[in-house]
Amino acid sequence: MGIIFHIGRYTRFILRVFRKPENGPVFRRSLVNEMTTIGTNSVGIVALLSLFMGAVMCLQTAHQVSGWIPVYTIGFTVRQTMILEFSPTLIPVILAGKIGSNIASQLGTMRVTEQIDALEIMGINSAGFLTLPKILAGIICLPLLVIMSMFLGLASGAGIAYVTGVSSMADFQYGLQVDFVSYDVIYALIKTTIFSIIITSVSAYHGYHTHGGALEVAKSSTKAVVYSVVIIMMSNLILTKLLLT
Amino acid sequence: MIELKNISKSFGEHRVLKNVSAKFHKGKVNFIIGRSGSGKSVMTKCTVGLLEPDEGQVLFDGRDFTLMNQRKRKEVHKEIGMLFQGGALFDSMTVSENIKFPLKMFSEMTDQEMDVRVVDCLKRVMLEGHGDKFTGELSGGMQKRVGIARAISMNPKYLFCDEPNSGLDPQTAIVIDNLIIDITREYGMTTVVVSHDMNSVIEASDTIHFIHEGEIAFEGNNAEMMVSKSETLNEFIYASKLMQKLRDR
Repeated sequence: MGIIFHIGRYTRFILRVFRKPENGPVFRRSLVNEMTTIGTNSVGIVALLSLFMGAVMCLQTAHQVSGWIPVYTIGFTVRQTMILEFSPTLIPVILAGKIGSNIASQLGTMRVTEQIDALEIMGINSAGFLTLPKILAGIICLPLLVIMSMFLGLASGAGIAYVTGVSSMADFQYGLQVDFVSYDVIYALIKTTIFSIIITSVSAYHGYHTHGGALEVAKSSTKAVVYSVVIIMMSNLILTKLLLT
Repeated sequence: MIELKNISKSFGEHRVLKNVSAKFHKGKVNFIIGRSGSGKSVMTKCTVGLLEPDEGQVLFDGRDFTLMNQRKRKEVHKEIGMLFQGGALFDSMTVSENIKFPLKMFSEMTDQEMDVRVVDCLKRVMLEGHGDKFTGELSGGMQKRVGIARAISMNPKYLFCDEPNSGLDPQTAIVIDNLIIDITREYGMTTVVVSHDMNSVIEASDTIHFIHEGEIAFEGNNAEMMVSKSETLNEFIYASKLMQKLRDR
């Protein structure tokens, strides 16, 4: 019963979000601000995680490579892991924590301090005004962050392979190129775009429907992250089945 | 004039408003008073469209708000200014930006015209020179005044004030009361004030609606209220020792 209620309310919320904005210039400014919050402000954490992940992936694979397994497998595994799973799935999961809690607590606070009511009284579609720029900013920024993550992960994998000597540059480079299927990148970007919609809309939904005070804002923030991550993981399975098999 | 006709509202099994009817007159400060949980806020929210009444009509100068579609409601909302209990100022914006916000969204004014309007509104609430401050830097009374300035920036026909004096010291409360009276007269607005502050009711009210357990238990003016025989109203008015002393004199 609870799930049906939430699906129904979420659908109504999304229908309100995707109405035409009241004022174009104000909407564009808001979109740029959200792109800064969601995109630019996430560059550091994404870069850091990707660098370490690529390096660790390289060392772990090198640890497994022995005997008949060719050395170029290191580069191949780093590439496949970064492109297929780490960058398009784990980066959004981590960003669900950062961006999702931020969105839910912002909207939750606006709700409990009656700022959302104030928007409604002014005749503004508060759901669309507050949420649509966040969703669009997510759709624009997350795929760019994921592409950056892929490059940095591969670069750090190559870097650590060179520094530690687990693989020659030529072998690593060959591993990166062997059996490369460009559709994998498209698959990754489709996943990321859908995950970005999940993170921003689910978090906004929980924040927007907060009732009470500070405690409820904190609860909404937690729910936003948990639900976003669970839905991302479920969607990941479905999308992988639909797009790769 | 705003007219409520037989408004009812329930939350689950709990019936909060029971066939409430009331008239709020133009150019007057109309008070809704009552104990906490009596249904004052629900009545106001039903009036402005933040809640949908289960039954009844809300008429803004004869226009039935309950039958309007979203687009027509938006037009009415542009004629409404509201001062919220906690101010409800946008804390990511400065004072000036808060006041300018509705103008930016809906008016055809140029930037310069908007700036002039913001300065006028700030002067009206005696906050000249505070435009560049963020709302978090202001005292409670100043935040209420900014709330009033934002509410009047679009020259509204209807002004709603939800507990305008809550959390304010008596002197600041009088400043806010006088401001509401002056603005109502000056702009000829229909003003509705929700309060349980008896000082405000005595100082500022033109008409009073006392709501008790979801029903209008008294309707009249200040003088009529003071001599009312309604037991529930008298219990409410004379709850404090100060008011009891006044009555005994």
